[in-house]
Amino acid sequence: MATRVEAVGTALGRVSRLWRRPARRGARIPYVPSAIVGLLLFCAIFANVISPHHPRGADETQRERVVKTLVPPFQSWDNILGTDRKGLDILSRMIHGARTSAIISLIALGSGVTVGTVLGLVAGYRGGWVDAVIMRLVDAALAFPLILVALLIVVVLGPGIQNIILAIAATVWARFARQVRGEVLSLKGREFVTLAKIAGVPEHQIIIKHIFPNVVNTLLIVISLQVGQVILTEASLSFLGLGLPPGDPAWGIMVAEGRNFVIDAWWMSLFPGIAITMVVLAFNFFGDWLRDTLDPKLRRI
Amino acid sequence: MQRYILFRILQAVVALWMLSTVVFFILHVTGDPVAYLLPPDATAGQEEDLRRSLGLDRPLYVQYGIFMGNAWTGDFGKSTTKGTLALDLLLERLPNTIQLALASIAFCIFIGLPLGVIAAIKKDSIWDTVAKFIALAGQSAPQFWLAILLIILLGAMPAERGLPALPTFGKGGIEHLILPTVVLGWSIMAGVVRLTRSAMLEVLDSEYVKFARVKGLSERMVVWKHAAKNAVIPVLTFSGLALGGLLNGSVVVEVVFAWPGVGRMLLDGVVQRDFPVVEAAILASGVFYISLALLVDILYAYADPRIRL
Repeated sequence: MATRVEAVGTALGRVSRLWRRPARRGARIPYVPSAIVGLLLFCAIFANVISPHHPRGADETQRERVVKTLVPPFQSWDNILGTDRKGLDILSRMIHGARTSAIISLIALGSGVTVGTVLGLVAGYRGGWVDAVIMRLVDAALAFPLILVALLIVVVLGPGIQNIILAIAATVWARFARQVRGEVLSLKGREFVTLAKIAGVPEHQIIIKHIFPNVVNTLLIVISLQVGQVILTEASLSFLGLGLPPGDPAWGIMVAEGRNFVIDAWWMSLFPGIAITMVVLAFNFFGDWLRDTLDPKLRRI
Repeated sequence: MQRYILFRILQAVVALWMLSTVVFFILHVTGDPVAYLLPPDATAGQEEDLRRSLGLDRPLYVQYGIFMGNAWTGDFGKSTTKGTLALDLLLERLPNTIQLALASIAFCIFIGLPLGVIAAIKKDSIWDTVAKFIALAGQSAPQFWLAILLIILLGAMPAERGLPALPTFGKGGIEHLILPTVVLGWSIMAGVVRLTRSAMLEVLDSEYVKFARVKGLSERMVVWKHAAKNAVIPVLTFSGLALGGLLNGSVVVEVVFAWPGVGRMLLDGVVQRDFPVVEAAILASGVFYISLALLVDILYAYADPRIRL
C-alpha cells in the first residue's frame, strides 16, 4: 500500500509545491486560523460559564420560552443570534455545540491515532504476512462506508456521544496506519536502524526509541489535516440523525433542525453552518501551515 | 510482474471476502428485520413465520454458507422490504450514482483547472488568494449546509418570487443534476486546484516553456497550450481516485437532494435492516474501491519497477 502512496508521492512530489510561496519555509503562524481554533477551545472548555442560556432551556420555564420562539437574530441582547422553534437560544446551543465537536474529535482522533500508529509501526517494521494482513484490514476499513459503521453502532448500542466517537475512531485509524507504515518502510532501511540492530537493541525498543520519534512530525501534520475532516464527519452524522440523540446541542443537528424552516427562519441553519465552515477552514489552514513548517517534503498529503 | 499482479489480485479477493464476512456477521448478530416489517401488535407466531420464510431461523453458519455460496454470483437474495432482487435494486440505483459522480468530476475539473492555472500565473497576487479560498471553502463547508444554502438561494427564494428556479430534489431532467453536482464537485475541488497550481508552477519554469516564450508565442498560447497541457496529468490521476470515492455514493448529498442513488439505498437499507440490500451496496462499494486501488498499484508497478519488491 505504501508502495502506492510512495509512487503517488514521487509522481506528485516533483510537482506539488502546493500553496507554498517560494521562501515561506517557517512562515509566520497563521493568526486568524489560530484565533478561531483558540475560540473553539475556549467555548468548549467554558461552555457552561459563557453561554447566556442553557442549551436545552433548563434556565427558563416552558412559558418563558414559548413567548420567544423563532426570534430573529440581532433583535435583542438576550438572544443575539435568535432562537429556534422551541425558543432555545441559538448562540448558547452553538457554544455547547463547540464542546460537543471538541470532545468528539479529541477522543475519536486520539484513539484512532493510537491504534493506527501502533498498527502502522508494526506493519511497516515487521513486513511479511503481518504487514499484508494489517494493510488488507486497512483497505477493508477504508472501503467500509462510515455511515454504515455509525448506523450499526447506533443500532447495537443506542444513540449517544460515545457511539459516534466509536464510529469515527473505527474508520479514522486506517489513514494513520497507512501513513505511518509508509514512513516506517523508508526509515527501517536507514543506517541508524541497522546499527541499532547490530548493537543488539531489542525489536520493540528499536520501534519505540528509534523509529517512532521520526514519525512524530508526519503524524502531527496528518492529525492537524484530519481534525477538520473529523469535525465535518461528526456534523454530517449528526445531520443525518445518526449517533447523537435529537435535541443534543451539536452543530450538525442544529442545521438539520433548521432545514425545514430555511425560508422563514434562516438563522437556525445559517449560524451553525458558518461555525462548522469556519472551524474546518481554520484547521485546514493550520494543517497546511504546519506541513510547510515541519516537513515541506510532505506536501502531497 | 505477472506474479506481482496475481498476488495483488488474490489480496483484493481476500479483502473483499473479509469485507463481506464482516458485514454479514455485524448485520445478522445485531438484530433482524422482523420488528421493522411487522406491525407492533404482531404475535410471536407471526414473527416466527416471517423469520422462517426469510430463512433467518436457521443457524448463523448455515445462513453464512448460503450467503457466501450465492454472493459471488451476484445473488444477494430478495430485498426484505421491496421484494425484488437486491442486485436489481442496486443496478437500478447505480446509473444514478454514476451519473452524479461523472457530472461532479466534470464540474470539478471544469472550474478547478482554470482556477489552478490562474492561481499559478498570478502567483502571490489577489487572484492566487481568491482561488485558494474558493477551493478551501468547498472543502471546509459541510455538504449538507452548502446544499441547503443553494436550495434557498437558487431554488426556494426565486420560486417564491415567481422567478425561474432550479429543482431542488429528485431526479429528472438535466436541471435536477445541477445543484447536487455543484455541491459534490465543489467539495473535492481543492485537490484539483492545488495540484494544477503546483504542476503549472513547475511546468512554467521548464526549458520548453521558456523556449516557447523566446520563440515569441503569445502568453496565452504558452500558458494554455504548452504549459497547461502538461500540468493536466497529475490532475487526471487525482480525479480518477476521487471518482472511485464518489462511485460509493455520497449519502449526504443524495439524502438532501432526494437523489435515488446507491448511498441513499444503503442508508435506507440499514435503517430498515434490509440485509440483502445492505450487503449488495457494501460489496459494490468495496469492489469499486479495491479494484481502483488495485489498478493504481498495477499501473505504478508498470511505471516504476522498483515497487515490485
